[in-house]
Amino acid sequence: MGDHDHGHDHDHEAGSELSDMDVKARALESLLVQKGYVDPEALDQIIERYETQVGPHNGARVVARAWSDPDYLDWLRRDATAAIASMDYTGRQGEHIVAVENTPEVHNMVVCTLCSCYPWPVLGLPPVWYKSAPYRSKVVRDPRGVLTDFGVSVPDSTTFRVWDSTAEVRYLVIPMRPGGTDGLSEEQLADLVTRDSMIGTGLARTPEAVA
Amino acid sequence: MNGPHDMGGMQCYGPVTPELDEPAFHADWERRVLAYTLAVGALGQWNIDQSRSSRESLPPVTYLTSSYYEIWRRALENYLVLRGMVTEEELRTGQAKTERANVPAAVAWEKLEAGFDAGSPYNRSERAAARFSVGDRVHTRMINPAGHTRLPRYARNQVGTVERVHGSFVFPDRNAATLSGEIDKTPEWLYTVVFDGRDVWGADTADHLMVSVDAWEPYLEPAQELVA
Repeated sequence: MGDHDHGHDHDHEAGSELSDMDVKARALESLLVQKGYVDPEALDQIIERYETQVGPHNGARVVARAWSDPDYLDWLRRDATAAIASMDYTGRQGEHIVAVENTPEVHNMVVCTLCSCYPWPVLGLPPVWYKSAPYRSKVVRDPRGVLTDFGVSVPDSTTFRVWDSTAEVRYLVIPMRPGGTDGLSEEQLADLVTRDSMIGTGLARTPEAVA
Repeated sequence: MNGPHDMGGMQCYGPVTPELDEPAFHADWERRVLAYTLAVGALGQWNIDQSRSSRESLPPVTYLTSSYYEIWRRALENYLVLRGMVTEEELRTGQAKTERANVPAAVAWEKLEAGFDAGSPYNRSERAAARFSVGDRVHTRMINPAGHTRLPRYARNQVGTVERVHGSFVFPDRNAATLSGEIDKTPEWLYTVVFDGRDVWGADTADHLMVSVDAWEPYLEPAQELVA
């Protein structure tokens, strides 16, 4: 299909590019409101939901519970969608979730090479790098190189297991539990679980790193 | 379609650049585009596979030089025009000049929220037994369809192993096939098929790499293994 922005100039400086984007985005919003296709109040609520309410703090609680409760971990393995729904994390882009566990032998990483598929209810909206050409192109071929880009290393003997989310199944990495965390509560453990550790581009933080 | 979106394995894009404490949005207009894309989507004039198809169908130079939410906005504008919901002139001016299209009324927040909470499950009742089981060796077909597909180029014409059987799911290749005609909703079995990185990328692949795709049954046939 055609692209109607034939006159768009990609050479102009970044500052005016931003305002150009702003003008075009606002023009479309105004049109959608005038035509009665969207409710302006609903737009603000959608932003509120996906900017503040839904985010990787949800996934961190799932991981912390999996680290603390063997029965819950077993449920995650059998039916992650239901186990995660039991904590009230449900909905759009999380209809079918599979949890994959990192071990000393296997390091899991998740990508969507074709677009940006990502488990919204547990991780929120994907970061820019996850949707970018460098990540989508590289991680299926050179996962260790991607970890290096993130300043992360794993032993040479590690098997990389990369999951390309080409369907509606969404993958959540359960990172390895750091040492020295035996006495920690689920809440304290959740503080160690980063977004990147649940995608596979990072590791969970140690208590020393958080202190 | 073999478009610019199908990026797996390309080597021209440089390193990944993470951003410390990255915000959800980098400009206010990104918030707005996300919000109205979801709100207009709730009018039910296209499905998720058609949305993806619209983004993939942008001219390649546009796709590769547009930021993520710019791709969303451009693809949304194209679909709004194709569905007769807005005109090109209205997009240029931001002023409504034509009658509202005969589509459902704007969806209120309460209903949107309920929809976001519930999601839209894509699994369906199976219409036949699964052809493959966990552990089966399968060959991904060599296909180059003109329309939407979810079998990436790097995963075509490869032999892999069925690792998971997910059930019967809406098949994107058909779900995105037409914007105006009746959509064939016949589901297909969905599998996770895992490949050895050396088979996909060559014998000099440095690390032990296993990479999987989620593949619908029409992408697969039984592998004809060579006997050593």
